Amino acid sequence: MDFYRAHVLVCGGTGCTSSGSMQLIERFDEQLKEKGLDKEVKVVRTGCFGLCEAGPVVIVYPEGTFYSRVKPEDVDEIVSEHLLKGRKVQRLVYVDHATHESSVQKSLNEIGFYKQQERIALKNCGVIDPENIDEYIAFDGYKALAKALTEMTREQVIQEVIDSGLRGRGGGGFPTGKKWQFGYNSPADQKYIACNADEGDPGAFMDRSLLEGDPHAIIEAMAIGGYAIGASEGYIYVRAEYPIAVKRLQVAIEQAKEYGLLGDNIFGTDFCFDLHIRLGAGAFVCGEETALMNSIEGKRGEPRPRPPFPAVKGLFGKPTVLNNVETYANIPQIILKGAKWYSSIGTERSKGTKVFALGGKINNTGLVEIPMGTPLRTIIYDIGGGIPNGKKFKAVQTGGPSGGCIPADHLDIPIEYDTLIEIGSMMGSGGMIVMDEDNCMVDIARFFLDFTVDESCGKCTPCRIGTRRMLEILERIVDGKGEEGDIEKLETLAQNIKSTALCGLGQTAPNPVLSTLHYFRDEYEAHIKEKRCPAHHCQALLNYVISDKCRGCTLCAKACPAGAISGEVRHQHVIDTAKCLKCGACVEKCRFGAISKN
Amino acid sequence: MPDQKEKYALLQEAIAKHKDVPGALMPVLQAAQEIFGYVPMDVQQIIADGLGTTLAEVYGVATFYAQFSLEPKGQYIVGVCLGTACYVKGSQKVLDKLSEELKVPVGKTTADGRFTLNATRCLGACGLAPVMMINDEVYGRLTPDEIPAIVAKYR
Repeated sequence: MDFYRAHVLVCGGTGCTSSGSMQLIERFDEQLKEKGLDKEVKVVRTGCFGLCEAGPVVIVYPEGTFYSRVKPEDVDEIVSEHLLKGRKVQRLVYVDHATHESSVQKSLNEIGFYKQQERIALKNCGVIDPENIDEYIAFDGYKALAKALTEMTREQVIQEVIDSGLRGRGGGGFPTGKKWQFGYNSPADQKYIACNADEGDPGAFMDRSLLEGDPHAIIEAMAIGGYAIGASEGYIYVRAEYPIAVKRLQVAIEQAKEYGLLGDNIFGTDFCFDLHIRLGAGAFVCGEETALMNSIEGKRGEPRPRPPFPAVKGLFGKPTVLNNVETYANIPQIILKGAKWYSSIGTERSKGTKVFALGGKINNTGLVEIPMGTPLRTIIYDIGGGIPNGKKFKAVQTGGPSGGCIPADHLDIPIEYDTLIEIGSMMGSGGMIVMDEDNCMVDIARFFLDFTVDESCGKCTPCRIGTRRMLEILERIVDGKGEEGDIEKLETLAQNIKSTALCGLGQTAPNPVLSTLHYFRDEYEAHIKEKRCPAHHCQALLNYVISDKCRGCTLCAKACPAGAISGEVRHQHVIDTAKCLKCGACVEKCRFGAISKN
Repeated sequence: MPDQKEKYALLQEAIAKHKDVPGALMPVLQAAQEIFGYVPMDVQQIIADGLGTTLAEVYGVATFYAQFSLEPKGQYIVGVCLGTACYVKGSQKVLDKLSEELKVPVGKTTADGRFTLNATRCLGACGLAPVMMINDEVYGRLTPDEIPAIVAKYR
């Protein structure tokens, strides 16, 4: 093994790759060679560091200097200053949004964004090269599989997972160990273990980051699960929209086979295990377990009625245990460090940590992993750095299209499966979208219903027709055509769909409407009764007005596509609301801030 | 670019490769979509014959998934992310601007066959919201003003 005096870690996650991190790697390689440093400094392309907002991210070790938003032309300076002369490039060092403090003197763990996090699932993400199995092994990789196969019985593995208190991280929160036990108890000549990597909730990207950053952890966990339930084959169902994740999984499976960590007689035992990758084809409903199995079988991805449950009759009619990517990411650590350690983290009913994807109107967008029970406020203000542009926090949406919006009053609740359900939302897969005063909650409900209507598979009537009727009502309301009684109609439809739809997608589809109705009923009423959108978002309900700040520069009148603005040069202009299309072109052109919405 | 004949040969290769794998239809359709850029009826018929199933079965699966298209797509596929994080940061305005600039409704292809405009599901690049993709190129932190200049690069 070669030794290097410094390592340059460049994030190769999707966010940073999109903002050009691959060009950075090329430039680093070039520059290091030119300066004759290529034998002393190693450039590593890692998985996601989590702080996507600051991307592309570069971290230089041994100092742990955190450079943010690095451009290819900055690379020369990092090489000649930092790597050659040992002087950090101050202007590129990450500055904390909340405190405006530069992180020059700080190590990674002291930065506000990372300080309160506890990384178990994301342990190797942003640390190792995901395409190099040796690096995974150097970080205790495949040690848990060795322990399970050579020191533990199948029953002991299952008991360890049950005792750890781990619950499904895909959103449902079903105890993972119990699921494994059901699979173990189902007699069959062939069983399957499967991984749900069809991450469909908009705004959630932890599974993708895990697969991109630490694919071997998922493979190791699936092998452990296969051993426990008695499956010799596994399937990973991953979204086709995640090309980097698919490629790294393929590389990792090949490497594991080469090392004999997949295949026949693993670690010299009788256990044989093989893995297959199957790609999704753009259907949200395939995240539902029975629909996913139909899709792997090459059928339309429609859910099956349950029972029989997959643990009894799943993939190809055989007992199948399906877990989510993040659930698997916890397994090797649980086997290695023990259930007692794992269950010491978190709360009474929600153990361990949860990864959240922070997005929307928040300063530090990115991926965070926190112990269960952490208050929402800590995530949004301490880790997330609060709301940008001095705006006011309005709500945070969790659980994707199955979840709900949580208002400011509930910011101090601890994040757990059960508390989130109590306040009308759910954990979901961990998307957390922050909204500020400019976001209209009725429109957000409409947005999610639009999503479910589009993604409904059409198999059952409540979901196929019911959600469409709800969407039509919501569209009418945001269009200024809401009627008395619409809210009640929405509520009745919601209850009916919840209690009669076939699968989880349909049963939870009304949640975004119910939760916004519960916490933001006044916004619905303002739309319907006063034909007013309190957030000034819904175009049909807006009126543009020009104030006396107007200098009569005529720019707005020239920009107006409808000819709705009139006035003399150097005199205050006026907008003819009858002609106004509410396109906002005038607002963008005005240099005096004279045009406002009301 | 392979010519028509080569494309059909590639399709036969894909069918032969997956034929005996359980659940072969999805990977074969994915291969066909990749080879032809869409899955026309005659291709579906070849797949049905090759896998020993019916055209109805193939058509049912092909129309279920968003990834499979029954019509040819434009040379450049413009996908604007309408995931939640992008939506709350104004991706609808970006999409509207593109529709106006390309003079094509969402989901359709321009008359010259150059651009297909799509609203896509979450691309998972929420840190860069709002985001769009033109083929494999990702554009992040967009504002509607930037659209004409970006589109011009592909014209």
